[in-house]
Amino acid sequence: MTPSPAAPFSSATAPVSAVPDSVVPDSTAPFDPAAEAARATAGILADTLHGSARGVVVDSPPGAGKSTLVVRAALELAAAGRPLMVVAQTNAQVDDLVLRLAEKEPGLPVGRLHSNDSDPYDKALDELDNVRKSAKAGDLAGLDVVISTAAKWAHVQGVEPWGHAIVDEAYQMRSDALLAVAGLFERALFVGDPGQLDPFSVVGAEQWAGLSYDPSASAVSTLLAHNPELPQHRLPVSWRLPASAAPLVSDAFYPYTPFRSGTGDGDRRLSFGVPSDGSGPDRVLDEAAASGWGLLELPARHTPRTDPEAVRAVALVVRRLLDRGGAAMSERSEEAVPLTADRIAVGTAHRDQASAVRAALADLGVTGVTVDTANRLQGREYDVTVVLHPLSGRPDATAFHLETGRLCVLASRHRHACIVVCRAGVGELLDEHPSTEPVQLGVTVKFPDGWEANHAVLAHLAEHRVHWRP
Amino acid sequence: MSLIATLARLEAVERGRAQPLATVRHRRVSERPLVFVPMTTAGEAGAPLGALVGTDPEEPRLLVVAQPRDRDLRSAFLAELADVVLPYLDGFGDEVEHVERKETDAETGKRVTVEVELCADAPQLIVPSRAGVEFVRLLGRSMRFRRTAEQDPDTPYPAPPRVPLLGRWLTHYGERARVPGSSLLLAATDLLNRHWATGQSSLEDQHLGALLAWIEADDGPDGGSGAEAALRAELGRDREGMLLCPPAGPATDPVFDNRRLAPAMERYDRARQLLATAEDGGSADERLGELHRAEREIRRLVADQMRPTWSAVWRTVELMRALPEGSRVEDRWTRDRWSFTAHRDRVRAGEPPQPRRDDAVTAAQKLAARETAQAQLEAQEALDDPLVLAGRRLAGEAFLSEVIDVEMAWSESKRPSPRPLVTVRTDDRPHLGERVKVFRSLEGRPQTAEFVRYEGEGTLVLRVMDRMGRAKDPAEGSVPAKGDRIAWTLFEHDQRGGPKLPDPEETPWTHGGPPRTDTAEIPDLVTPEDLL
Repeated sequence: MTPSPAAPFSSATAPVSAVPDSVVPDSTAPFDPAAEAARATAGILADTLHGSARGVVVDSPPGAGKSTLVVRAALELAAAGRPLMVVAQTNAQVDDLVLRLAEKEPGLPVGRLHSNDSDPYDKALDELDNVRKSAKAGDLAGLDVVISTAAKWAHVQGVEPWGHAIVDEAYQMRSDALLAVAGLFERALFVGDPGQLDPFSVVGAEQWAGLSYDPSASAVSTLLAHNPELPQHRLPVSWRLPASAAPLVSDAFYPYTPFRSGTGDGDRRLSFGVPSDGSGPDRVLDEAAASGWGLLELPARHTPRTDPEAVRAVALVVRRLLDRGGAAMSERSEEAVPLTADRIAVGTAHRDQASAVRAALADLGVTGVTVDTANRLQGREYDVTVVLHPLSGRPDATAFHLETGRLCVLASRHRHACIVVCRAGVGELLDEHPSTEPVQLGVTVKFPDGWEANHAVLAHLAEHRVHWRP
Repeated sequence: MSLIATLARLEAVERGRAQPLATVRHRRVSERPLVFVPMTTAGEAGAPLGALVGTDPEEPRLLVVAQPRDRDLRSAFLAELADVVLPYLDGFGDEVEHVERKETDAETGKRVTVEVELCADAPQLIVPSRAGVEFVRLLGRSMRFRRTAEQDPDTPYPAPPRVPLLGRWLTHYGERARVPGSSLLLAATDLLNRHWATGQSSLEDQHLGALLAWIEADDGPDGGSGAEAALRAELGRDREGMLLCPPAGPATDPVFDNRRLAPAMERYDRARQLLATAEDGGSADERLGELHRAEREIRRLVADQMRPTWSAVWRTVELMRALPEGSRVEDRWTRDRWSFTAHRDRVRAGEPPQPRRDDAVTAAQKLAARETAQAQLEAQEALDDPLVLAGRRLAGEAFLSEVIDVEMAWSESKRPSPRPLVTVRTDDRPHLGERVKVFRSLEGRPQTAEFVRYEGEGTLVLRVMDRMGRAKDPAEGSVPAKGDRIAWTLFEHDQRGGPKLPDPEETPWTHGGPPRTDTAEIPDLVTPEDLL
């Protein structure tokens, strides 16, 4: 018989036996986030460095120190004399990893494998003495660590395989991309966030749905379908999400693998130097500063994607956020840190919405604020985020707009507060559009579905609602 | 749906007539396509009821299965279908041109140039709807593993000789139809929907009759005529309750099934029984005559259901031929010819039928090829057709511009290359950001420029990056000149091929290792649910 497809209905997000019980804290003992995180990390490193399995999978909720883990694992593998290749998904992620490695261990010989395009890597890498850059893998042979994107690695041929690999953002990597690089390494540590956006394909891939190696599925689901015995770990603490956000994100998007916030109530505070002028944007800012969440609700209306009123409302909220002299107080420093444009991001579902917001911000004279789609905001972190709700003003709720990962990314980028701008009526829209995706045999059912997660988030946001008629 | 398609639909509602989405034809329509209108039996997956098939609109070949539950009659139908389709396919296999191609030599591993055959033209199948494409796949799947008596004398129900071969061809065509922009197997509804927008929902657009009603509606002052005609095509019934425009299949109208087909089949079954129990020659002749009458009646009924669809498909072909072909369609058709030639070679080499499931490497290769084809199709359609380009301009993915100034500049390297700055004016609103790349078509090949800055409303500066030759001064005609009107796109015109994947025998451990070849694939086990 050919290999059978993955067992149906085995949820990738269901509780994992390899995770120590202590992750779900004992109700009598006080929860010590640092100790829990350290214990999880120790387990992961032990399996990676001394385990017998060819692969180790680590699930990491938003802001749980995934990058820190990757850097630490890379350093320990290098220290143990194991040649290491690192696979990341984007050039920005690769450059970021190189910089972090160099910061921790300036003497470590690192190779940055890059493409043949013009300007293929961050110029900051030129400042680092021990980082060698090349478009040819052969030039980088023998270095302790070689880092590149999955796309570039896929073109590497005719080299001695590496003993070890770290695959970063493995849940965002497609199965076919892993197929192209898996011949380059003997063993690997796969790290990623199962709650973020799944990889996608611009053409239909239904004909392979249910096959264990469906090329459009995520690399991790293929890996685990063929190697179910691999140890799986997860990081139990989100250092990014504040105490106000972690419970909601955990309940709505990770119902079977809960996590906690690394900080407690009151550890993070957001305040404004300029008092509210009573307008909608100012009221929602005050609500978000007090509670960590704010929903600025515009009157119900069906609109084109680039809803001019909603786009302008987003821009106004950002403008006021800057004008009111925001200051963020956190565990990172004694002093409050001024909330500057580079600490703010706007998230949208579509690229045309992002560019409409950019234009509206330019009209209001705002520069330096990141405006991007959920896909591109993955893995990024800001103090405050302003989100244009994916379902705002829509007449229908398609699978794209309902995708769990999209909302999860948008709702989990912030350290202090998240403000959602939305037309009224999304609850009713959801009720009119239950998920109707066809059931595919052999495909792992993902929990929760986007419909459920959207309702959970919406119910929570309703408690922080500010009505506004522009 | 893109904004321009939404606008076109609104306009179609207002005018009562379908509106064009394209000014040229974006698919190849062969000079001699084979039209295939299949019908299937309700409640019996894979039991064909009949088909009209042929290359001449005036003379379709009628194939009918009088009793689809009879395995022998079904086999006879498939054999007849093979008799029509295979000679058509074979007719294209021998007229070839010789082309040079780079290949990796198996022994030395070096790239060598070899001369190979490429069929000069390829056979084209046209079915009425997407469900028809699906039915072609189903037929292919059900036939390609059948065994003929010659292959296996012990097989319980041997297939007629050419049926497995037809199954392999239909499988190939069904698979090729999944490649964006391919034209080997086309659905008439897809052809029309690519080129016209109607005032109905995209679900209703799958109804060939309703779709044609919108497109063929008179452009008169009495708006709404298209909508009415479409509604009539969809729901109109005669006094006896039969649909005026029978469904394009392969599914049949349940009212037809119940009132016409079921009684006729009952008569046929009865006549067969009576014939089997005939006791002497005289009554047998009479009963045989009765059986033939019953069979003729079923043939007439099924033919009447398929004939309107047959003519609708040919009207679609005529509508498509009236549009001039886009200039890059030929390029995509050549790929179709390669696809046909490659399968011809596999058949001639005696390779086994396509496996039931793709292995990991084949699946990944197919997906990558289709993604490349999709991106290429979108770019080529926009470059071929100003109306499609308008949609991309409206979406901020392209812009038309007039060059108002050109300033020579060079790169800052040891050997400076030309990097001229071009100032253009546009009325479009492209989504440009710092260093965003834009492309234009220069003698059929893309030239890249980078966005530099805005210089006031609608005026922007681009830096041309490539295709200006190796010299310090750009080659003649390679730099835009003042007054030139140029369409720039934010999307690339060409697609790089994906990375080389491992051979299936080297499938890595993450994907289950190499596929096992030591065990033959065994059929699915019979479960209690299979026996009702």
